[in-house]
Amino acid sequence: MHATETLPPPLLALTGFSKSFAGFTALDRVDFTLRAGEIHALLGENGAGKSTLIKAMTGVVARDAGTMTLDGVAITPRSAQDALAAGIATVYQEVNLAPNLSVAQNLFLGRQPTRFGLVREGEMRRRARALLSEFGLSIDVSAPLESYSVAIQHIVAIARAVDQSARVLILDEPTASLDAHEVEVLFAAMRQLAARGIGIVFVTHFLDQVYAICDRITVLRNGRLAGSAPVEELPRLDLVRLMLGRELSEATSRRPPASAGESRADVATFRGVGKAGTIAPFDLSLRAGHVVGLAGLLGSGRTETVRLVFGVDPADCGQAEVDGRRAAIGSPREAMALGFGYCPEERKTEGIVAELTVRENIALALQARRGALSPLSRREQDALAAKFIGLLDIRPPDPERPVGLLSGGNQQKVLLARWLATAPRLLILDEPTRGIDVGAHAEIIGLIRDLCREGMALLVVSSELEELVTYADEVVVLRDRAHVARLSGAEIEVSTILATIAQAPACADAA
Amino acid sequence: MALRLPRIGTSQIVALGLILVANWIVSPQFFDIRLQDGRLFGSLIDVFNRGAPVALLSIGMVLVIAMRGIDLSVGAVMAICGAIAASLADSHSLPVVLAAALGAGLLCGLWNGLLVAVLGIQPIVATLILMVAGRGIAQLITEGRIVTFTSPDLAFLGGGSVLGLPTPVVLTLGMMALTLLLVRGTALGLMIEATGGNPRASALAGIGTRFITVAVYMWSGLCAALAGIVASADILGADANNAGLWLELDAILAVVIGGTSLFGGRFSILLAVVGAFIIQAMNTGILLSGFPPETNLVVKAVVVLAVLLAQSPRLGGHLAGLGVLFNRSKSGGRRP
Repeated sequence: MHATETLPPPLLALTGFSKSFAGFTALDRVDFTLRAGEIHALLGENGAGKSTLIKAMTGVVARDAGTMTLDGVAITPRSAQDALAAGIATVYQEVNLAPNLSVAQNLFLGRQPTRFGLVREGEMRRRARALLSEFGLSIDVSAPLESYSVAIQHIVAIARAVDQSARVLILDEPTASLDAHEVEVLFAAMRQLAARGIGIVFVTHFLDQVYAICDRITVLRNGRLAGSAPVEELPRLDLVRLMLGRELSEATSRRPPASAGESRADVATFRGVGKAGTIAPFDLSLRAGHVVGLAGLLGSGRTETVRLVFGVDPADCGQAEVDGRRAAIGSPREAMALGFGYCPEERKTEGIVAELTVRENIALALQARRGALSPLSRREQDALAAKFIGLLDIRPPDPERPVGLLSGGNQQKVLLARWLATAPRLLILDEPTRGIDVGAHAEIIGLIRDLCREGMALLVVSSELEELVTYADEVVVLRDRAHVARLSGAEIEVSTILATIAQAPACADAA
Repeated sequence: MALRLPRIGTSQIVALGLILVANWIVSPQFFDIRLQDGRLFGSLIDVFNRGAPVALLSIGMVLVIAMRGIDLSVGAVMAICGAIAASLADSHSLPVVLAAALGAGLLCGLWNGLLVAVLGIQPIVATLILMVAGRGIAQLITEGRIVTFTSPDLAFLGGGSVLGLPTPVVLTLGMMALTLLLVRGTALGLMIEATGGNPRASALAGIGTRFITVAVYMWSGLCAALAGIVASADILGADANNAGLWLELDAILAVVIGGTSLFGGRFSILLAVVGAFIIQAMNTGILLSGFPPETNLVVKAVVVLAVLLAQSPRLGGHLAGLGVLFNRSKSGGRRP
């Protein structure tokens, strides 16, 4: 690790960065300091403000307030181009290069060496080779970029960025789609750049990687700075606590006393169900009147689990039993036929149909199950809409409003209504309270409890651990795309869940 | 995607009305209709009669576009099915001829649908294949000649009349009614709008998006087959090179004029058909006015622009804007 004790003047310093979108505060007076030669992890759960911070410091969005200095000089980039000219380069998870062009062309796109207006191909290739050799890469630079692995594509993107005289390099989840070896290749390149005095901002969801390569960690939560410390001073448990925003002391179980749920019938049982590269095989048993919570960090395999259960991604091993009979769940339609319902996490892209009305959105799943040939009459649709608008207090109570015009919380209620209309036996909720206001949080939690009392089986993914412990009868903890622990009864406490999430894989823990 | 409250189609209907009035100004006999041998004749009837093939195409096209697709092959499918109908007309009975031609249209649609829904090819590319190949297939059927026929049964579908209305118009209205019944009488319409609006969400809600995609392309093929039969019956023959040439573009235009977004979602079959008649009314108007037909394309472009501007959510005062633009283009055109 690099010495941070001598404290050279900061390379990049942000103070008081704020940004709000239409009344929603995405960043609230965030400070961030990056030193030369430092690899600095920027962490936080979904919606914590990482992307907004990056966009604000690279000029993609205009900040509302705050100052920014690079090498002590105040700058205000107005676009990504501007930021690049000032020396701040960004490489996104999805490499923003032209996959069909050659590596050399990608490296020098828009700034090709020319003579009399003609591109000097030989010179370009020579310079490309020289540039990549600094990263320990010797590849055929005239081959198309897409013929190389994602890791190499990332390094090409980084090389291109750094070659444009970057002082600060921002890597936004570069490792999300890399395997272990590719990560090592990328890390080697990052260390080399840091040794050259470039400051690197590293956004990732993999805590192991943070401890493997970073010098300092800054954590954002709900748009605020949750904490910033050298990596040695922030052990795993403290880090997870910072990210999820829980104090161990305040973690008291507020779960209602275990009801007579134990005697309830199994709705569905999954044994050894998994999918290679997505989620390790797991066992899961879902009972009527029983809430199973899935807890873990982003990317730990929670959504992957529920997508297998609902048949969105078919499992490639294991077996499922519904009502004691073997069931093949190969598609959402088959899952629906078994009485399952699924409210996805990505409300806008996978949930609502923004253009359709509240009434049509509510009727959609029930209609799909009945088939196109037995349409719900307008009167039935109206009755359905009126019932759920009343029951869930959807506002404004106008069934003919396009659902895209509703607030996030009300869109979530419309989605819930869509599935409740099908009277499911198992309802899967993926982050039911994400991105909605506090009032709606409480309503949705109340609703989860009611549904459970009525005998529905629930499978809930939630990052809101304090909420989860209040309604879950069982909590499955996930880490690194595997189910690692199953907590029930008195074990369901925020502190226990946090500790389980934070546990490093057995071997690394001893180090 | 802009969120709109359900459209009522005022701008399209006003546009059609304005164009018809403009036609009347350039040709005072435009609205004259006379009954002769039990069939209505007149320029207005002509607009609907000539517009029937594109209107038929637009009925299928609007569903495809509502699903975020596009069907470039309809012109070629017209040529194939017209060629089949013309080749069989003198040797087989009408039901056989129709079954063969419509069946071929359904098959073409099935091909497109499978390419899009099962192989996941982009609709514009998938249907381009048949757009190119289809005309070749039609030429193989006609053996490179213009096939003519004399069967009065088939000829009736192009030149006959039912209750005074030309058969093509009746067929168009019938097809429109059948499609409306199928789409709006069942939940298919809702499912098409949901899938076009958000395919992933619709699949997660249990809608069989793949099946509906195939069905919609098949329906477009069927509509194109009917349009091809009408076109062949009208000229008592099949011209594989020219039948339905570029009509896919008119059909797409009709759908867009009808207010259906190329990004899918909400659609209106009725307004797509109105859009087809708007296009034909312009064509007829130019012919009647005695201007060289070449000006047709320019005027068409201006009117299309006006209709699109009128639909634009950013442009306030829909009708005022449409009227101003429309009148300006017309008066500009009438200057000697």
